[in-house]
Amino acid sequence: MAFWRRQSLFVRRLVPAALITILFVALAAADEVQWAGAGVLVAIADVLLLWKPVRDGFWPSVERVGVKDAHSRWGEQSPFVQRAVPPVVIAVLVILVAWAAGVSPDPAVIVLLLITYVLYLLPRRIRRIALPLTVLALVVVYPLLIQQANYQRFLFKVPIFDVFPGMDTMIAMIIFAMMAVGLNMVVGYAGLLDLGYVAFFALGAYAAGWVASPLFYQVDVRFGAVGVGPGLRGIHISIWAALLIAAVIAAVAGVIIGFPTLRLRGDYLAIVTLGFGEILPQIARNGDANGLGFNLTNGPPGINPIDPPGFGNWADEHLGLPANFVLEQGQFVNFRSLIYWGAIGLLLITVFCSIRLRDSRLGRAWIAIREDEVAAAAMGVPLMRTKTWAYASGAFFGGVAGAWFAVDIASVFPDQFFFNISVFILSMVILGGMGNVWGVIAGAFFLTYLDREGLSNISGWANGHLLNCDPSQQNPSSVISGGCVNAPLVSFGIYGLIIVLVMLFRPYGMFPERRRKVEFETGVHDTPLVDVTQ
Amino acid sequence: MVTEAHAEPVRARRHISEYVMPAVGLALVALVVVWLAINLADDPARFFRVSLIGLSQGALYALVALGYTLVYGILELINFAHGDVFMIGGMVTASIVLQVFNMEENPAFGILMAAFLVSLVLSVVGCAGLNATIERAAYKPLRNAPRLAPLITAIGVSFILQNVAILWKGTRPVSLPVSEFAQGSGHHLFTIGTCPSCVQYTSDRLFILLVTVPVLLVLLWLVRYTRQGKAMRATAQDKDAAAMMGIDVDRTISFTFIVAGALAGVGGTIFAFYASTISYSTGFTLGLFAFTAAVLGGIGNLPGAVLGAVLIGLIQAWNEGLPWHTPGPAWTQSIVFSILILILVFRPQGLLGERTPEGS
Repeated sequence: MAFWRRQSLFVRRLVPAALITILFVALAAADEVQWAGAGVLVAIADVLLLWKPVRDGFWPSVERVGVKDAHSRWGEQSPFVQRAVPPVVIAVLVILVAWAAGVSPDPAVIVLLLITYVLYLLPRRIRRIALPLTVLALVVVYPLLIQQANYQRFLFKVPIFDVFPGMDTMIAMIIFAMMAVGLNMVVGYAGLLDLGYVAFFALGAYAAGWVASPLFYQVDVRFGAVGVGPGLRGIHISIWAALLIAAVIAAVAGVIIGFPTLRLRGDYLAIVTLGFGEILPQIARNGDANGLGFNLTNGPPGINPIDPPGFGNWADEHLGLPANFVLEQGQFVNFRSLIYWGAIGLLLITVFCSIRLRDSRLGRAWIAIREDEVAAAAMGVPLMRTKTWAYASGAFFGGVAGAWFAVDIASVFPDQFFFNISVFILSMVILGGMGNVWGVIAGAFFLTYLDREGLSNISGWANGHLLNCDPSQQNPSSVISGGCVNAPLVSFGIYGLIIVLVMLFRPYGMFPERRRKVEFETGVHDTPLVDVTQ
Repeated sequence: MVTEAHAEPVRARRHISEYVMPAVGLALVALVVVWLAINLADDPARFFRVSLIGLSQGALYALVALGYTLVYGILELINFAHGDVFMIGGMVTASIVLQVFNMEENPAFGILMAAFLVSLVLSVVGCAGLNATIERAAYKPLRNAPRLAPLITAIGVSFILQNVAILWKGTRPVSLPVSEFAQGSGHHLFTIGTCPSCVQYTSDRLFILLVTVPVLLVLLWLVRYTRQGKAMRATAQDKDAAAMMGIDVDRTISFTFIVAGALAGVGGTIFAFYASTISYSTGFTLGLFAFTAAVLGGIGNLPGAVLGAVLIGLIQAWNEGLPWHTPGPAWTQSIVFSILILILVFRPQGLLGERTPEGS
């Protein structure tokens, strides 16, 4: 280590970058993955260049290692040139290396690199608007990128992680991001640990099932539903109304659960919410004619089918909106991208509400309670009411997410709502950074991707490249067998590890909110005002 | 002239809600008592039979609940991973029985006892070491962090342990060889009445009590009458003051985790022999039941944890075994968690009172 520290900053930056270059080009060459390695490399190089310590350290170190006047000559150039040249130099170098390694260009990589480069060159003021808009545009056109004619993917493969996530995974990622943003209101803003968030998810999903499915065949209620056959009894309400109903039911449940329990101190509250999170799915499992005496949830098989979403025939004819997301003229068509775009719309609404709530009087009260209950109460913040509102708002968006989840898979059944899911969502919030909406969304995307595709892709890559795997010898119920690893089996162990590592080494998360970080670093007075023993 | 002030006793005005909550709680308890009485009258033999099962189950819960209560009493941390430490103890036992002893169905009594003792010792040592390691690695660095940080870490550790078990044994439950003695079939110590309406006391139930009761007594002696126990109690009351009196707080906390882990190890071995099947998820649910027991008795309170555990065991057995208007096994979890919620809402200090630095 001492030897390493004696080297100049330039060397210390250059060596890791060079190692990454070699690694990725080697991977790209070995995998025959078109250009992906080079693309990832350029992205990394750009990030390194954007990173202030590197930029500040680069030229003085060049001067130190012997290139005379480098800094002064460089400094004479205009800021635009100073920004524009280094990425191009690195890109050219990488392209040369990749060309030497014998990999050919992929149009998607070039396009993405150009977009990145243009964004990088934009002035900061415009970039602040352009960057989110570009990301949003990419996310919106994602279904078109991934599924062109003949199911040929436009997007390239990435080493180790293999293909880009498919539509189902993307929908799940967005729904879980919605839930993580909802939980963030409770855990991140108000500082109340909720270990039973899955209850609201389940409640939202079941509420959608109650008001938009043939479950209650005793009655025949219709209100704006699309794609429901003429003879089908039951309650059929338009999915958009059902979303709202699900959200309100979940929020009311949040108030009912929260009201008696929110006066408990933090860890007891966590346990009580966990209890609710375990009870509600059990009610769902047992809630059929045998268990409850009334078929509320249809037991283990669950509610199936849930009505498809859509805008109805009138909107189809006059506005050109899709009448039905799933069926077209009685034919089953795979309109997954419509459900995906619906999910994006709901996520945007959730994020908007979350940020506006945070900056509102109520949100400031939440943060005040999180930082110091006693001081907040002394300043006139009504503790119980504010906490209950936090709970209800979190539950509201959990309910929306649950309802859209039910719509997505057109059914709801109890095995989807285990305690695991609560911890899964919690680990998204913790990994992303409690209190920071964007961090939480990033955490949700990353973890859901890992859960749905990433882990199996990575272990598939490891089986093919690192291990001598014999698939015929593999035992599906053990993690390591026949020389193969089956990482998805221990996915929750990996999330547990992520939670522990983040809590130990970076308790404010990967993308910390500034205020929360300060709280963790300097500590806050978090002795509760209202205690159980009163 | 001095007017004498009338010493009218000042009565605090009590709000109506302060009467409503206890009344509702008492009404709930009364309802349960009536339900039990009807069941008792309905089929007394069955009632006692079921209660004996519950007693043994409760003794098992007590071993785990004491671990929760010990750790909570000293650190105010709900050690979520405790149930999974218990499960690891059961897995150690299963490994020893299957791999070292190669035990078959219905082994000779000597082999059974040898396997039991060896696995008991190894499981206790393993769980104690594991629990102490967890404390050092995961909880100690967070001792001054916000209060919820170690709790979240404990959840993570719990998941890690469950997945270590998956890594080790796979996702399918591990089955131990069935032995008549450990399962109690055919070994009736005494029988009252004529079967089928009889009360039988079987060997396995006695066996559980024969192991757990001495362990609990040793624990009480350890905490009440030894130097180390005194240090534990002092640390629980006030860490800073204890440190000033020359108590090594870190060592005492480690010792507490070792004791808790050892108890979980005893529990794990007994569970493996008694239930003869154990899976990676066993510890989580059982751990939550045991935690409920600890809260029910009053967290931090050792006799309370035992009382709560026995009550939870009895309630579980009554729910699953009694004939008249019982929800049945499908609802056990809901009932236990409802008890947890109700006790926290109506009597958060538990039945025998809480003994934590904050609570006392």
